[in-house]
Amino acid sequence: MSISRRQFLGWLGAAGTAGAGAAVGKKAHAAASKRFEGYPDSDGVLFDSTRCIGCRKCEEGCQKVNELPEPDRPFDDLTVLEIKRRTRAGVYTVVNKYDTGENGKGTVFRKIQCNHCLEPACASACFVAAFTKTPTGAVTYDESVCVGCRYCMIACPFEIPTYEYDQPLTPKIEKCTMCYPRITQGLLPGCVEICPVEALSFGKRKDLLREARDRIQKHPKRYVDHIYGEKEMGGTNWLYLSGVEFEKMGMREDLGTTSAPELTHGALSIVPMVVGLWPVLLTGVYAINKRKEKINREEKERAVAEALGKANAEAQAKLSQTMEKAENDKKTEIDTAVKKALEEAAKKESDDKETS
Amino acid sequence: MSDTTAHVGSPRYSAFNVIAGIILALGLVVTVLRFSGGLSSVTNLDDYNPWGIWIGFDLMVGVALAAGGYVTSAAVYIFGMKKFHSAVRPAVLTGFLGYTLVVIALHYDVGRPWRLPYPFIMQQGTTSLLFEVAACVALYLTVLFLEFSPAALEWLGLERARNWAVKLTLVLTIFGVILSTLHQSSLGALFLIAPSKLHPLWYSPFIPLYFFVSSVIAGLSMVICESSMSYKYFKDKMDDTHMKEKESVTLGFGKAASLVLAGYFVIKVIGIASDNNWSLLATGYGAWYLVELLGFVALPCFLYAVGVREKNITLIKWTAAWTVLGIVVNRLNVSWIAFNYHLPSSERYFPHIAEIVISIFLVTVGILIFRYIVTRMPILYEDPDYPQH
Repeated sequence: MSISRRQFLGWLGAAGTAGAGAAVGKKAHAAASKRFEGYPDSDGVLFDSTRCIGCRKCEEGCQKVNELPEPDRPFDDLTVLEIKRRTRAGVYTVVNKYDTGENGKGTVFRKIQCNHCLEPACASACFVAAFTKTPTGAVTYDESVCVGCRYCMIACPFEIPTYEYDQPLTPKIEKCTMCYPRITQGLLPGCVEICPVEALSFGKRKDLLREARDRIQKHPKRYVDHIYGEKEMGGTNWLYLSGVEFEKMGMREDLGTTSAPELTHGALSIVPMVVGLWPVLLTGVYAINKRKEKINREEKERAVAEALGKANAEAQAKLSQTMEKAENDKKTEIDTAVKKALEEAAKKESDDKETS
Repeated sequence: MSDTTAHVGSPRYSAFNVIAGIILALGLVVTVLRFSGGLSSVTNLDDYNPWGIWIGFDLMVGVALAAGGYVTSAAVYIFGMKKFHSAVRPAVLTGFLGYTLVVIALHYDVGRPWRLPYPFIMQQGTTSLLFEVAACVALYLTVLFLEFSPAALEWLGLERARNWAVKLTLVLTIFGVILSTLHQSSLGALFLIAPSKLHPLWYSPFIPLYFFVSSVIAGLSMVICESSMSYKYFKDKMDDTHMKEKESVTLGFGKAASLVLAGYFVIKVIGIASDNNWSLLATGYGAWYLVELLGFVALPCFLYAVGVREKNITLIKWTAAWTVLGIVVNRLNVSWIAFNYHLPSSERYFPHIAEIVISIFLVTVGILIFRYIVTRMPILYEDPDYPQH
């Protein structure tokens, strides 16, 4: 009576929002079937390969701000671009050169680093939850719990995490952190800050998406109509624009839009079902067999008992028959004996009579 | 160790012992290298290929081939096939040793082995299928230890503890089947997260099911193999019951294996159909897939059936060995051959000789411990003081 319909619906709405709020936790939404669209207002970086000149400055900036080891060859040595490189221990980012052969577009460059997935495969795969998708968008890694199983490297569709294979006892995973310590202080990531041609832009992911669409719209000939990272593997905080097919820059276009947790949540959800149902099924099978055994045993016992009973009865009958016969025989014998005695007595009497 | 009395018909310097000794020595050398120079000094692993044969063979194959424990104890204690009773103890022992070696192998492979309990005591990464694998393997190793313990306790003469352990049999068996179902399938499910790296013929949403069903096949075939090897080398340790039941175990398990292989073949074909991967069969990977499917699934299915029908024990034994090889092929296909199929050959993985040394080393250690135990404890015979209930 005292609760109006409107009030009730209001409460429902509040409960719904609270539930959703509680669900936006610290960890990635792995194993949930709900789609996670990324933290609102999370940061990202837009890489425009049509602007990149392959100067390797971003590599240098990255090495400086992250205090990584000095490179094998200095950053101004551009001949390293001739070989295909990837992230490795001590190297969070590399720039590769691709000859596309397309007229007018020729040589293009691509910067490689962690893409900071909205729902990271590495975080979903880690069995000590060493990776965290932070609300800033950056995916961070906690070395202090890492076992070194390298399943994150198996899981990552972009082949980003690297491992210190030469460390015998304290190897760790290494990857770009989107300069998490810097961006939380309001600074730009090292690579973005140093880029001389604004091939890298840092900002809110949603703003970067708008910016990217804007550039495609304004220069439809310059760009292919696709923002790489908007939907790939459920979306990433790092976004890419390109003038050539992304495939031609070594970026896989067959990854699909399904996020890593969605790929595994089916298998994970079956676990509690197995735990719940297997004992029932197995105990059932056991009970059926036990019962079958019991019935078998009982039937056997009954059969034995029956056979015994039958044999007993037969024996009894035979015995009584024999007894009867024996009795009869005895009776006849007695009768005969009595008769004989009587006869003898009679005979004696008559003999006596005769003699007297 | 002084092994003079242990192995009848095998003197201390038999060929087997000498070779085993050499393997152990090599293994120890590699062990020192691994823990002083890191993985890069003894493996060909790299950032593209983080898992090699220590995972593909030692873990994936090891766990599958150790499935005999749960398969046999389930057959005897749950499905009531009492005539296979004498096969339980050797199968449980093989399983227990198999899992122990898997865990030892992991100590070589992971970066900081002393942190292996971290997923349970520090942070639980429950969204990871690897967490499930780790939890189930840890629990199942405990279950196998308890299932094996009656034999050890009889040997030690601890009657009361032994009787307690025997009372747990049914509960442990059910627990073992649950845990095995979960982690055997989860080993396959580990790859669900990487559809872009595993070749579509091997990648399937059904891969957990494939791993589970094929583990039953592996378990059945391993029991047959183990039984025929034991007969060859430890005949003197077998009692009359074991001898008498040996043939029925081979026939019974052969029959079961044939059936399960048939089911496995069908679900594999359904997998190809549901993903519409028929056209891929015409490629190079497709040919290799057909070798696996026809040569290592359909063929042994048929040969087992023939062997059982004609009571041809020799044929069944060889089919079992072939099937075990097929399981090895399958696990290596998923974890190595068909994994990273998209990379150019220069970026693919091939095991370092030291990786192979460690794998052989661990198998040898397993065989030696098996020998040590069956020549001392009541595994292949019943202890006369403890008749089976």
